[in-house]
Amino acid sequence: MRMTNTLLAAAMAAVFSVVLPAHAQEKKTLTVYTYESFVAEWGPGPKVKAAFEATCDCKVNFVAVADGVALLTRLKLEGAGAKADVALGLDTNLVKEAIDTGLFEKSGVDTAKLTVPGGYRDDIFVPYDYGHFAVVYDTQTVKNPPKSLKELVEGDPSQKIVIEDPRTSTPGLGLLLWVKSVYGDKAPEAWSQLKKRVLTVTPGWSEAYGMFTKGEVPMVLSYTTSPAYHMVEEKTDRYQAASFEEGHYIQIEVAGLLKNAPNRELAQQFLSFMVTPAFQDEIATTNWMMPAAPTEKPLPEAFDKLAKPAKTFLMDPARVAKNRRAWIDEWLAAMSVN
Amino acid sequence: MLTRAERQRGYAGGGLVFAGIVVFIALAVFALLSFNSGESDRPFFDAYVWRILRFTLLQAGLSTLLSVALALPVALALARQPNFPGRIWIIRLMAVPMGLPVLIGALGLIGIWGRTGVLNSALATIGLSEPVSIYGLSGILIAHVFFNLPLACRLLLAGLERLPPDYWRLSASLGLPARSIFRFVEWPAVKPLLAGITGLVFMLCATSFTLVLVLGGGPAATTLEVAIYQSLRFDFDPGRAISLALLQIAVTATILALMALLPTPKNDSAATGRAARRFDGSDLGMRVWDGTIVILAVAFLCLPLISIALAGIRADLVRLLTSAIFWKAAWTSLWIAFLAGVISLTAATAIINARAAIADARGPGITARGFSTLLASLSSLVLLVPPVVIGTGWFLLLRPYGDVASFAPLLVVMINAMTALPFVMRVMAPAFATHRQRTARQAANLGIFGFARLRLIDLPVLISPIATALSFAMALSLGDLGAVALFGSEELVTLPWLVYSRLGSYRTADADGLAFILAILCLALTVAGTAGHRVGKDGQQ
Amino acid sequence: MTASDPSGIRLQNVGLTLGAQQFRFDCELPAGAITAITGPSGSGKSTLLNLIAGFEMPESGRVMIGKRNVAALHPSERPVSLVFQDNNLFAHLDLFTNIGLGIHPALKLSADDRKRISQALTRVGLGGYEKRTPGTLSGGERQRAAFARALVRQRPVLLLDEPFAALDPGLRQTMAALLLDLHRETGNTIAIVTHDAGEVRQLADHALFIDHGEVTLQAEIEVFLMRRDVPGLTEFLDL
Repeated sequence: MRMTNTLLAAAMAAVFSVVLPAHAQEKKTLTVYTYESFVAEWGPGPKVKAAFEATCDCKVNFVAVADGVALLTRLKLEGAGAKADVALGLDTNLVKEAIDTGLFEKSGVDTAKLTVPGGYRDDIFVPYDYGHFAVVYDTQTVKNPPKSLKELVEGDPSQKIVIEDPRTSTPGLGLLLWVKSVYGDKAPEAWSQLKKRVLTVTPGWSEAYGMFTKGEVPMVLSYTTSPAYHMVEEKTDRYQAASFEEGHYIQIEVAGLLKNAPNRELAQQFLSFMVTPAFQDEIATTNWMMPAAPTEKPLPEAFDKLAKPAKTFLMDPARVAKNRRAWIDEWLAAMSVN
Repeated sequence: MLTRAERQRGYAGGGLVFAGIVVFIALAVFALLSFNSGESDRPFFDAYVWRILRFTLLQAGLSTLLSVALALPVALALARQPNFPGRIWIIRLMAVPMGLPVLIGALGLIGIWGRTGVLNSALATIGLSEPVSIYGLSGILIAHVFFNLPLACRLLLAGLERLPPDYWRLSASLGLPARSIFRFVEWPAVKPLLAGITGLVFMLCATSFTLVLVLGGGPAATTLEVAIYQSLRFDFDPGRAISLALLQIAVTATILALMALLPTPKNDSAATGRAARRFDGSDLGMRVWDGTIVILAVAFLCLPLISIALAGIRADLVRLLTSAIFWKAAWTSLWIAFLAGVISLTAATAIINARAAIADARGPGITARGFSTLLASLSSLVLLVPPVVIGTGWFLLLRPYGDVASFAPLLVVMINAMTALPFVMRVMAPAFATHRQRTARQAANLGIFGFARLRLIDLPVLISPIATALSFAMALSLGDLGAVALFGSEELVTLPWLVYSRLGSYRTADADGLAFILAILCLALTVAGTAGHRVGKDGQQ
Repeated sequence: MTASDPSGIRLQNVGLTLGAQQFRFDCELPAGAITAITGPSGSGKSTLLNLIAGFEMPESGRVMIGKRNVAALHPSERPVSLVFQDNNLFAHLDLFTNIGLGIHPALKLSADDRKRISQALTRVGLGGYEKRTPGTLSGGERQRAAFARALVRQRPVLLLDEPFAALDPGLRQTMAALLLDLHRETGNTIAIVTHDAGEVRQLADHALFIDHGEVTLQAEIEVFLMRRDVPGLTEFLDL
């Protein structure tokens, strides 16, 4: 009985410690909505927070949801009542929808110095990092990696790739747009040919990449920057990204200022801070993406070895928003035929 | 047999739980529906929905058929061989798949059945070059059998062990051959359970999401659950999400109702609740058959688990186990699981008592009988309500009252409790019914009521099914990511959430290690849950 | 009537250990007679019956039924029918099926077999009860059905383990009379475990007294009832 009581008391304590809001701090608090891996112990969050707090005499509070899509959903659900000052972690595919919510306003940040390929400019959202989608392969099993999207599509069907579902994940949508950018109206034909090489379509990046690193499949749709993680953290260059002649589709991650930000000035200060070296220096080896603005520290050597896309594809977000459903239906039709 | 007060308490408790569940779901749905998303231009029942509905039913039907049909011989063999070496551990292991995050289970299965898995590697060494592919319907079926056969098997075994030991003496002395024992003793014991077990497994397979996509081999394999998730995530179209969820509930409920129409003879035999001595299992042929069945089943279950364990051991377990975040997550997971389990058990007890009170009443009216049926179906159909709908709905409801992150833990507990309810009911209801049958008259006669009855009559016997149900519910909730992912905040970190966050940032080895620890935790829970069970032989005349 | 007759039962130096309790049986149950097995609770009466029926395997010694040592045989291979105190019938099967299983274990019944089942039911006073399930019968009716099954099985030996213990005294009398009638018709060998001295007087030709796992007395009923020198027996008979 005593034991049960202690357990119950502990459980209740745990409930209430979370339920009761933290008590007021004297310092101003900047609330940043972001995604989970940004704030993970190895992610950029902790370092960026410390660096910004050192300059602002404020406290940074991260609220993390699963990913960029969940972030947008969260903002839509909360509407004008959101407590957030900054939303960090949307990507170019979500920008149109995010603007349509009417929750954001111009950042006022000078983006002239940005080094993002493809010339993305936006006076509402501030890009802070980017990556190109790429086919990452296992050098131990793939001796002749595809040199173009065409080679990927037309290659040996017994050499498999795992891709993500455009209905449920951003990399999946990225590949869909990449194929559309290269093949245009011929995209359905390309998909029905690529289908023979597709081992399976996973709901998200984690499932696909897990299958890849477990050796189940020799190729996976990921990012040009993925090999950097393995080279830096695991000291292996076994996994490499294939460079495609046609060019690569880009994913740019952005942050924005919310209209109803409780701490507007602080939020603007933070957005400006995001394109300074203090923030950008951390991105490469914590978020495993390319920094969007100049850094002070040089990037690790591994980043020099990464595939450098000769051409960058990026569709107008408005066009994506308008056609996404039709293109997904097209994809479904092509991929579902046996 | 019940006193007036007892019966009234039964009705009241049932009514309360019923109202609680209905309100919990209805408020969420209402909040979602009244949220103006501004886009609903898509015709609802288009060719796409029709196609995924058909696929959902096809794969769920086949998965259920296979899971239950294969679980039956395993349960029969385990019941026939009460002294099978390691039997109790086989039964305990059967709870582990339930507590695994689905993706981890899928990766374990791929480690065995995949293109480069153990099976294909073995086939390759004997010169077969074309690998056996599990991607497609076959992969979905294998995975669903892996997750659901153990569940079905444990519930069937419990039913067989409730038969009076005299039956086995009688069968032996009549010289009934195995086929007759099956036809006249085992099948009649198992048959009334089948509708419930089949329904439970069918619902689990019908709402399967990650497994179907990962192993399905392409978007031809898509379930309604995928479409629901998609419409709330990318499309943000709550109206469509709810329509799809209603379609899923309506179709599944119809199928379950049709199944319930199959005649299920009332089994009024007394039960003992322990593995009885069997005289038909000692014959050599039977031993070989049972041994083969059990070993095959154990291999099927254990190989993927071993592959998960091997991957886990390779991780840096010491670092994982000494990290603060791990302990925080483990603690959060455990108390969420514990509270969810307790709430689920309480609700199940109330439902069982209410139904017993209605059955006990002399000539219950059509309303009372209807309510009893409603309670029973509600307690299983809750499994079909997508957590994403409940979570999003409650998010909207609670938002005006403060920081949603602060309500999140309670919501997660409630959602997990709801999801566990059908499982808890399957474990507790038959045990409670048997117990009531054996003690109701005596207790009523001796005038033992209330707390005394609980302490002297009920708890000593029911503690074992209660422990089993609690360990079931806790394992289920431990492995569940779904509800937590909706609210994820720094404050609310659970073990599956850690596993997924590691997987989501290249740290596969850490994820393997954490998944292994999670599996061990589930096993420990089941050991606690089966502690009261008879371990070996002896103990009977 | 000797022990070499097809249905006489003899236990020769049968030894068995169950948990902490040791059993050693050496006794004879004459063919064609009713032998009562008596003794205090826990003395080993049911164990003796289980040894004959085949639910316990002796560690040593021989269990003879007629000229055959059945010690290693499966219960179904022994020429024995059984009636317990309770649960003699499968509760979910009707009487016809329950009794039919006694004729053919896969229920392959000829028209003649079906007739025999109905006759047996009529014989025990349950005519027309074929479709009833055990749950709808009284305790006495259930035992009658168990007798009907023993009848159709036509085994030379019938073992009864306190068959009337759950019935009220009036009913016991009637049931004992029925048992006696059936015994006279079939001439089978009967062993009946009982707690009831009245039953012993009414039914038995022969009796065993068991104490602490051993047979301390075996005798013709007249002798048995007169003995006053066996510890425990007097208390039992005076009860």
